Amino acid sequence: MNRHLISAGDLSLDDALLILNTADELDVVAERPVKKLPTLRGRTVVNLFYEDSTRTRISFEAAAKRLSADVINFSAKGSSVAKGESLKDTALTLEAMGADAVVIRHGASGAPHRLAGWVRGSVVNAGDGTHEHPTQALLDAFTMRRRLGRLDGLRVVIVGDVLHSRVARSNVLLLSTLGADVALVAPPTLLPVAVGGWPCSVGYDLDAALPKADVVMMLRVQQERMNAAYFPTVREYSRRYGLDADRMALLPEHGIVMHPGPMNRGVEIAAEVADSVRSTIVEQVANGVSVRMAVLYLLLGGSGAR
Amino acid sequence: MMHAADQAGRGTPPGGPRLTPRRDNPRGGEEQRKTVLEPDEIRRALTRIAHEILERTNGAADVVLLGIPTRGVPLAQRLAERLEQVEGRPVPAGSLDITMYRDDLRLRPARALGHTEVPTAGIDGRIVVLVDDVLYSGRTVRAALDALGELGRPRAVQLAVLIDRGHRELPIRADYVGKNLPTSQREMVRVLLTEVDGEDAVLLGASPAGREGS
Repeated sequence: MNRHLISAGDLSLDDALLILNTADELDVVAERPVKKLPTLRGRTVVNLFYEDSTRTRISFEAAAKRLSADVINFSAKGSSVAKGESLKDTALTLEAMGADAVVIRHGASGAPHRLAGWVRGSVVNAGDGTHEHPTQALLDAFTMRRRLGRLDGLRVVIVGDVLHSRVARSNVLLLSTLGADVALVAPPTLLPVAVGGWPCSVGYDLDAALPKADVVMMLRVQQERMNAAYFPTVREYSRRYGLDADRMALLPEHGIVMHPGPMNRGVEIAAEVADSVRSTIVEQVANGVSVRMAVLYLLLGGSGAR
Repeated sequence: MMHAADQAGRGTPPGGPRLTPRRDNPRGGEEQRKTVLEPDEIRRALTRIAHEILERTNGAADVVLLGIPTRGVPLAQRLAERLEQVEGRPVPAGSLDITMYRDDLRLRPARALGHTEVPTAGIDGRIVVLVDDVLYSGRTVRAALDALGELGRPRAVQLAVLIDRGHRELPIRADYVGKNLPTSQREMVRVLLTEVDGEDAVLLGASPAGREGS
């Protein structure tokens, strides 16, 4: 494994399987009376969050604490960043405090990559702009493997706002490494220009894609990142690309419904679908802690020499 | 402190230790290795340990066997089978991975985790017998005791090993020993088990990497 986790594309098949298998073993810790392992005692993990986040930050915090690491939470609001401090100066401050790992979420694509050049510790990308969110992809893959028993040959349909989605890119890269067959379904306006070079197929018709899908992953419509009209109305988007109960019925019997959260109920996913037994949305959150424990352990648990 | 373990492994096996060098895989390695336990001797040692466990635990009524991965796990299974054969009722066996509790994690790259599986009956109030292939520095056992402490509170913890090769670095001893094997720290002891390696054998050879061996 690399010292950092910046992109899901950096993971080899062996790396990805090592993380998933480690997460499998760490998952049982959550069921023990003492939900703690001593492995990262004395190590410091900094959560550096320039964008709002609830589940990812809490998930990383819980993961680090279950491994006995010290956790420092740093959010840009109400900090020196609000006074105009640059990312580099913040990084040097963290370096001086002896951070062994920096978990960074940033609105600018590529920020974790820059950070990795400035700090000695490991950098974990917790979402950068519209670029990548590798631990989300890992927990999605982990959830699929748990529910369906395999990843190789699995047919995964990712639906919606691919253009603004770091989750989609990381998932496409990771799932193709793991041997899954990924298809993107979105309105043409919400697909990135370079999507032709991604290791996946692209379509525009959700109803046609669903009957063959083992997994359908609904992406959040990221209205906060939309600075233009990508579709005529929310209602029209929802009619063509939203997952309601009738559409869910097109899935094969074993098919599951995923969503990285937070959901816009009634836009990309109907409430009854989100709450159905096929939905893995709550499981994804629980699995996130195990997967992030695995990542932190594999990055920080050893000597660092590879 | 001294008991059954002391008598264990006394005397050479029938025919004496074989000195034939083995070069075939998985015994591998260029250095010469001699076989110190043959399959039959391993089988007899485990049978004896099983009987000692029955004697010391009043028929193994509350015993839970926990093997330490990798090779402690099949050894625990084999002991459980023998206990069941003698007493006529199943004895729970599982595995206890100690990787996250090791004291040398920072000396090497992060390693893959083994599997922990505690029998459904749990370990609270029971007699846990830890099972491992080789007892050497005692650090693995210390880590196992830490790991156990997070899983519950056994009434007692005992230790069964196939080979005790000496050179303890911690105040730890085994309750049941298949064979006491005096070694030099430069030697390496390798236990091969059918479940993992395709054959049963205990090998002793020179280790090029010094203390790397178990």
